[in-house]
Amino acid sequence: MTAVAGRPAPGLRRRAAALLHRRPLLRLSLLLSAPLAWLVVAYLGALGAIFLTAFWTTDTFTGEIVREFTAVNFQTLWDEPVYRTIALRSLGVAVAVTAIDMAIGLPMAFYMAKVARPRHRPMLVSAILAPLWAAYLVKAYAWRVMLAEGGPVDQALEPFGLSGPGYGLTATVLVLSYLWLPYMILPVYAGLERLPGALLDASGDLGARPLRTFRTVVLPLVYPSLVAGSIFTFSLSLGDYITVKIVGGRSQLIGNVVYDNVGAANNLPFAAAVATVPVVVMLGYLAAARRTGALREL
Amino acid sequence: MTLSPAARIALRAVMALGLAVIYVPLLVVLVNSVNADRAFGWPPSGVTGRWWSRALDNEGARTAVLSSLKAGLGATAIALLLGTMAAFAVARYRFFGREAVSLAVVLPIALPGIVTGIALSNAFQVVLKPLGIGLGLFTVIVGHATFCVVTIFNNVLARLRRTGTRLEEASADLGADPFRTFWHVTLPGLRSALLAGGLLSFALSFDEIIVTTFTAGPGARTLPIWIFDNLFRPNQAPVVNVVAAALIVLSVVPVYLAQRLSSGGRSML
Repeated sequence: MTAVAGRPAPGLRRRAAALLHRRPLLRLSLLLSAPLAWLVVAYLGALGAIFLTAFWTTDTFTGEIVREFTAVNFQTLWDEPVYRTIALRSLGVAVAVTAIDMAIGLPMAFYMAKVARPRHRPMLVSAILAPLWAAYLVKAYAWRVMLAEGGPVDQALEPFGLSGPGYGLTATVLVLSYLWLPYMILPVYAGLERLPGALLDASGDLGARPLRTFRTVVLPLVYPSLVAGSIFTFSLSLGDYITVKIVGGRSQLIGNVVYDNVGAANNLPFAAAVATVPVVVMLGYLAAARRTGALREL
Repeated sequence: MTLSPAARIALRAVMALGLAVIYVPLLVVLVNSVNADRAFGWPPSGVTGRWWSRALDNEGARTAVLSSLKAGLGATAIALLLGTMAAFAVARYRFFGREAVSLAVVLPIALPGIVTGIALSNAFQVVLKPLGIGLGLFTVIVGHATFCVVTIFNNVLARLRRTGTRLEEASADLGADPFRTFWHVTLPGLRSALLAGGLLSFALSFDEIIVTTFTAGPGARTLPIWIFDNLFRPNQAPVVNVVAAALIVLSVVPVYLAQRLSSGGRSML
């Protein structure tokens, strides 16, 4: 690697290459510089700033932000029953959506990974994946059409003497479960696919019935993938305010409170305080999920 | 695995029902886009192409599509660069805080969109406004790129872990400098991972509405924003329906591409 090199390489490039070759730490710093500047300095900085704003207030008269440190926003959040109700409702919705998606997603993923013929599997995966590419709004809108008074759902249920849920909280849970279902199925499918079929056979050979095999072999091994899926369903539900607006009637979730306080009420500090609720919940959730190894399944 | 026939049938039924529920609403939108009945009475009274031609002439929808394309391409370009760099750092080096890098990359998509939205919007107001840069397409691209990095990062990281460094070592042994090795050995090996990640990143950006709502100024209306603005206007309903139907039809393209790219691959993100 000295002057013998056949071609006269451009000097600068050569020196840079040699330098990079000799100094792995320099290579690493160069690689990390831009991503860290963007994601840590800019993004985390922005998150930190908005968290700081939560401790400021808005002058109700002038609409200007008063930069004095106070916990009054959090106090309001805690004291006002309205906000407590909305926070609990949002949590309830997120939990319900996650539970529904697990209940539907797990058997579907299991069918795809272990029951369907291997050559059908890629097709099934595409069939689950495909709706993810159709826009989120389009799907929420589709349900608005479906659930409209006298719409397809009402008409389908009419012969049974039933009617659809109409627009409201039930519809919100339904539509959110619909929207995030693929996010649950795909990691679980990936986890199940990695699970050796021999384990299931062994469990069966040792006399376990399918249900028992499922409970003691499949479930523990696929648990990290389930948690990974639930990160999506939980987080996406917790921050949503669009679906509620489209099919939720007059119901409000945390997202709506944040949105209304940024826009109509022009109270960014309070909006920021409200927004810390889902962040704290999600950070707790991620910390718990990390211990199961779920973050590697994302 | 040996399942009883009953269990097999039950699982198959759940699968079939699940797929039906996934696709029926999309079909309803498709049918409604040619529904002759103005109020979308169900079942449709007849078939018409009127809404489609009206939507094609709709100026607002056309500019919105253009904005969305620009935002998606811009965000994906940034995400490709940042995501690949971060993936190389995490895959090829051991350093203090390596786990934290993975977390920092996942965070923008793991946190609720509305939080990212107001945080970025606030930061833009504070940092960019004094520089004379208002909210607009540029800020939308920055916002989208932030949560798109993870798609590239995950795809490239998975590929780097699978391929190892042998080929690069061989290239170096044969006298290629790091740049040459990267260009002729590493990059070609990453091509399909970059394409798959880029495709997903573009789709994420094209679809995004929450972060966009907070980071787009009045001038930059992406397609989701346009749809949402017109969703509650009864006389715009037919056009919204056609745009929705068109998006459903067009989503076949990335599905097909992703399928071809991922044959044998993995990973949704």
